[in-house]
Amino acid sequence: MSEHAKVPADEEASEEESDESEQAPVTTGAQSVVRALENAGAEYIFGVQGGAIMPVYDALYDSDLNHVTMAHEQGASHAADAYGIVTGKPGVCFATSGPGATNLVTGIADANMDSDPMIALTGQVPTEFVGNDAFQETDTVGITQPVTKESYFAADSDTVGDNVGEAFALADAGRQGPTLVDLPKDITQGETDVEPSEPTTPDTYEVQEEADDAAVQEAAEALAAADRPVILSGGGVIKADASSALREFAMEYEIPVITTMPGIGSFPEDHELSLEWAGMHGTGYANMAISNTDCLLAIGTRFDDRLTGGVDSFAPDAEVIHVDIDPAEISKNIYADYPLIGDARKVLRQLFDAMPRVPDVDEWREQCQTWKDEYPMTYDTPDDEPLKPQYVVEKFSDMTPDDTIVCTGVGQHQMWASQFWEYTEPRTWVSSHGLGTMGYGVPAAIGAKLAAPDQEVVCFDGDGSFLMTVQGLSVAVREQLDITYVVLNNEAVGMVRQWQDGFYEGRRMASEYPWIPQFDKLAEAFGARGFRLEAQEDVEETIEAAREYDGPSVIDAHIDPGENVFPMVPSGGDNGRFALQEDHLEEL
Amino acid sequence: MTGGMPGPSPHDRMHPKGRRNKQGIRIDPEAEVTHEPRQAVLSALVKHKPGVLSEVSALFSRRQFNIESLTVGPTVDDDTARMTILIEEPEPGIDQAKKQLRKLVPVIEVTELDPTAVRRELALIKVGGEKPDDVNAVAEMYDGQAVDASTDSVTVEITGSKQKIDAAVEAFKQFDVQEVVRTGAAALERGPKTLEKHD
Ligand SMILES: Cc1ncc(C[n+]2csc(CCOP(=O)(O)OP(=O)(O)O)c2C)c(N)n1
Repeated sequence: MSEHAKVPADEEASEEESDESEQAPVTTGAQSVVRALENAGAEYIFGVQGGAIMPVYDALYDSDLNHVTMAHEQGASHAADAYGIVTGKPGVCFATSGPGATNLVTGIADANMDSDPMIALTGQVPTEFVGNDAFQETDTVGITQPVTKESYFAADSDTVGDNVGEAFALADAGRQGPTLVDLPKDITQGETDVEPSEPTTPDTYEVQEEADDAAVQEAAEALAAADRPVILSGGGVIKADASSALREFAMEYEIPVITTMPGIGSFPEDHELSLEWAGMHGTGYANMAISNTDCLLAIGTRFDDRLTGGVDSFAPDAEVIHVDIDPAEISKNIYADYPLIGDARKVLRQLFDAMPRVPDVDEWREQCQTWKDEYPMTYDTPDDEPLKPQYVVEKFSDMTPDDTIVCTGVGQHQMWASQFWEYTEPRTWVSSHGLGTMGYGVPAAIGAKLAAPDQEVVCFDGDGSFLMTVQGLSVAVREQLDITYVVLNNEAVGMVRQWQDGFYEGRRMASEYPWIPQFDKLAEAFGARGFRLEAQEDVEETIEAAREYDGPSVIDAHIDPGENVFPMVPSGGDNGRFALQEDHLEEL
Repeated sequence: MTGGMPGPSPHDRMHPKGRRNKQGIRIDPEAEVTHEPRQAVLSALVKHKPGVLSEVSALFSRRQFNIESLTVGPTVDDDTARMTILIEEPEPGIDQAKKQLRKLVPVIEVTELDPTAVRRELALIKVGGEKPDDVNAVAEMYDGQAVDASTDSVTVEITGSKQKIDAAVEAFKQFDVQEVVRTGAAALERGPKTLEKHD
């Protein structure tokens, strides 16, 4: 069970009036920290105890906030990250000083790359020891500064609550991202009667919500005049809750839509205007369209190299309209002919109103359809053996409701989960993109499930990724979380092996894992349900059994170890020159 | 090896004519755009609090901006400090540097100073003490002055542009330069214009 607050029953009714919402005044810095989280609307905290953070945990004892003890701090930060993706509000994680804080860093860096809202609170040695290499001291602010929106060092018991409130508000504001507050033990233990004020962003932090009208008008004219327009919808569209605005816009003006990988779910993949996602392992049709478009409306994307390939060959004919809330993303990687700075939802509304007409692009849409027919997302099923990972994903997708949340680790399985699952809703795709963190899946599914208890949660993992955070299963069992983990087991770090076969003459150095444990038995040892899946004919039945089990289950799916991910644009390559099979790689 | 997908091979596909350069700019076939590096002087007002300098300098190293010098000092307002940062980058790099700086939470305002801005650097140069009169003469040539002298050494202070100081250091080499310390540039816009929040 979550460690719900055990609220002491000594509610001494105040003499004048008994106002239920009135809380006891804070008396310590730690109480102020917890009060600030409550004020900010936090619900769950993922963390691990320890000496330096103990005063804050002690204050949590009297709070209604739910704390979930994780098995490793990396899991705490990934769970908080996933919670943030699914709810749209900052996820919260706690760790103690030193190793606790350093263990959080991977998840913080991950959130930073994907602009996921998150706040991390770390214990620190008492102020008088800071800088002395005290027991369990690390320079947490120094370590995390490059991977947060801002890292705070709390220096005063009277203001520590405001630090937390500000960090929380900042994580959520503008372009979302992680923040951290480092909490020296004497500061949280210290006495204070100062109540934290309402969480507000720092006065130096300004966000431009609406784009300049004249610029919007120019961009709209360019888009309406284009012969081969495409919308590229990034993760920012989901972050800005702009998915429905995007749908309206695309459908009204009949412009084909491509998503980035983090943008999966921002536009329904079953809609005829959808070309699904572009990039290294994106669909052939998305990559053809992006290579041949003459006007790219890119929204909430930072043009990561996994999307663009080599910038010299990216959308080479296109004028680029770039909508982003972060001015620093404009012309960072791809030059924007029409920069529109603002919130994706608001700017889409502005653009909608500014469009002079529906662009005349029947021919272009037909061309896109031709590409869909030419490069279908299918896979080889010569016989039913060995089991194909794509089949497992596809079947699972068919069997579940539209709002099912899919989490993943990192590797080939992640690509199959993004290619062969049909996504139609935002906030249903929870994966590690920018950092590409193996081990993300197990704890992310925990955060996702707690964020959306009424939605089904499935995690596709690789055997390598699963092993990195498998201890998180103990948490899923303790909390009785109804999650289905599917390990697409190829007894290898498959993505590495694919690259070795493609680019290193098959020299499989350190990529094969023939000593992998039996995951179904491992699951049982943790107290979860375990299933072993080998044959195609058992797929449906096994998935059904795992879904029916009310608690965490693990399907150890032994897949064809020779299966590789296609299409593929080689790193830094030209998106229009993707390989559809192994021997195409040699041509590129 | 399995896992192939159907469709025409890479060479049988329709392919666009266009191209971009390494900075992601669409290349106009007539006038190819490339940006040569140039020097820029950035002036930033920041909150005067611990860790700001490391945050700013870490930003520059992390993003691989080619930094020439960075100076920082207090302003008339106790709560703010001012940094002068010289970078040498192609135009898009300078643009990025400004935007990334602005993004840092403790940064209040950033501007690029006009090339005509007043730019000064200070150097202290310690040379051998054998010929104090000659040292003085050279110092005067550069509007400098001796600020310390002993039997073995003379320390001279020079203020001015980077070029002037480069030249002075060069000129002092005849006296056995023992140590040099330079501050890097501090700069302010000419005329009444100041750098304040909201311009
Ligand atoms: C923490 C971490 N270490 C190493 C890598 C490099 N890497 C990327 S994909 C991959 C293989 C992943 O293997 P597995 O989880 O078994 O998935 P598969 O590719 O076999 O589906 C590796 C090692 C990484 N992304 N993250």
